[in-house]
Amino acid sequence: MCLGIPGRVVETFSTHDVRMGKVSFEGVSKRVCLEHVPEAVVGDYVLVHVGFALAKIDEKEAKQVFAFLDDMKLLDELDERGSLEP
Amino acid sequence: MKYLDEYRDPEAAKQLLAAIARTVTRPWTIMEVCGGQTHTIVRHGVDRLLPPAVELVHGPGCPVCVTSLEMIDRAHAIAVRPEVIFTSFGDMLRVPGSSGDLLQLKSEGADVRIVYSPLDAVELAAANPDRQIVFFAIGFETTAPANAMAVWTAKKRGLSNFSVLVSHVLVAPSMTGILQAPSNRVQGFLGPGHVCTVMGHTEYEPIAARYHVPIVVTGFEPVDMLEGILLTVRQLEEGRAEVENAYRRVVNRHGNMAAKRLLEEVFEVCDRKWRGIGTIPKSGFKLRYDYRQFDAQHRFDVGRIETRESDDCISGQILKGLKKPTDCRAFGGRCTPLSPLGATMVSSEGACAAYYAYGRHLEPIPLRLSKADRSALDAKEAT
Repeated sequence: MCLGIPGRVVETFSTHDVRMGKVSFEGVSKRVCLEHVPEAVVGDYVLVHVGFALAKIDEKEAKQVFAFLDDMKLLDELDERGSLEP
Repeated sequence: MKYLDEYRDPEAAKQLLAAIARTVTRPWTIMEVCGGQTHTIVRHGVDRLLPPAVELVHGPGCPVCVTSLEMIDRAHAIAVRPEVIFTSFGDMLRVPGSSGDLLQLKSEGADVRIVYSPLDAVELAAANPDRQIVFFAIGFETTAPANAMAVWTAKKRGLSNFSVLVSHVLVAPSMTGILQAPSNRVQGFLGPGHVCTVMGHTEYEPIAARYHVPIVVTGFEPVDMLEGILLTVRQLEEGRAEVENAYRRVVNRHGNMAAKRLLEEVFEVCDRKWRGIGTIPKSGFKLRYDYRQFDAQHRFDVGRIETRESDDCISGQILKGLKKPTDCRAFGGRCTPLSPLGATMVSSEGACAAYYAYGRHLEPIPLRLSKADRSALDAKEAT
């Protein structure tokens, strides 16, 4: 549950005064709240938990962690977006 | 060594295992708190690569598992209301309440939807002003900032049709609860890496000092876990009891200050009932008074909820590190992930579900050794 998935910030914007971003997880792109990692800019890697960036991490670490999670088959939540429909 | 060749860095793992074997001189019991770490340990057989003197026991750190049956029944009672769109992380959908689970309610016509993030539930509220959007806000401190942000944003945007059913749990008070029990066996902890990413690790320092237990903040990969175990064993052997950080590449001592400020703004600490364990004082978050209009428990009166747990289930003792899944008569027979009897089988991060997923219910029952037998055996192995 306390899974942190690393992704790369590809865009930043503001919605209702909250700093948001588009973060790419090896091709799957998600809207992520960047409010609490103000130092993260486009091109940086962040550790994301349920759509919320918790920390900035370096690229090497990000790639290794992503490969590990993929191997553990723990990336299912990235697909849980089509289910917003009833 | 059947698992070691699957490690990302088998050489590092081998060296850490050798260092642990060199360091340990007597039996130690270490608890990993986080359910994600339990999953890694069982999947990669970390516990079986360690010298027999080092025993890993599995802690209460799976929020899906420890969400109380009352709260799940309450969620179900809210979810079936016609005006409600009930949103939740996918993990909660198959957790059985007193009768059925959310997925079953959905198949019977309730509007239940999986969201990736609580912020998606807020957007759903903005898009459906004529419906009530309820989000099931479970989780440890890792998840709390996201859930707090959802409530904070909804308030700011004046979304009066959004609410959260809060069942947040906190790690540090659960560790204190385990240590205070007279039957406690835990001598050292692997601290939860991502909880500490948010909270830092200062709150563990008084626990380490007061109960004289080492607490080592640890990451999630097998090599991370071996490193955390080595540092814990080193402290135990040297008689030290400190908080150490073996996950420095992500965690700093004070955590994410901005996220902590948001938690302080939206939540306050409360007593919380844990499935399998019971009520632990000051072990949860609830919404502050200023945010009570977003509290689903406040908004929807579902009456009194009566629940009953299985008499056979020993999940309470497993969550406290007193028993292993294989000690349970029902494990793998009457209790499986498809029809779980209790907390530790309801989510893949629960110790019982992890043992089941990796086939440990199919193995012969291990020989139970007394402490004296075990020490004798260890001494024999060492020669």
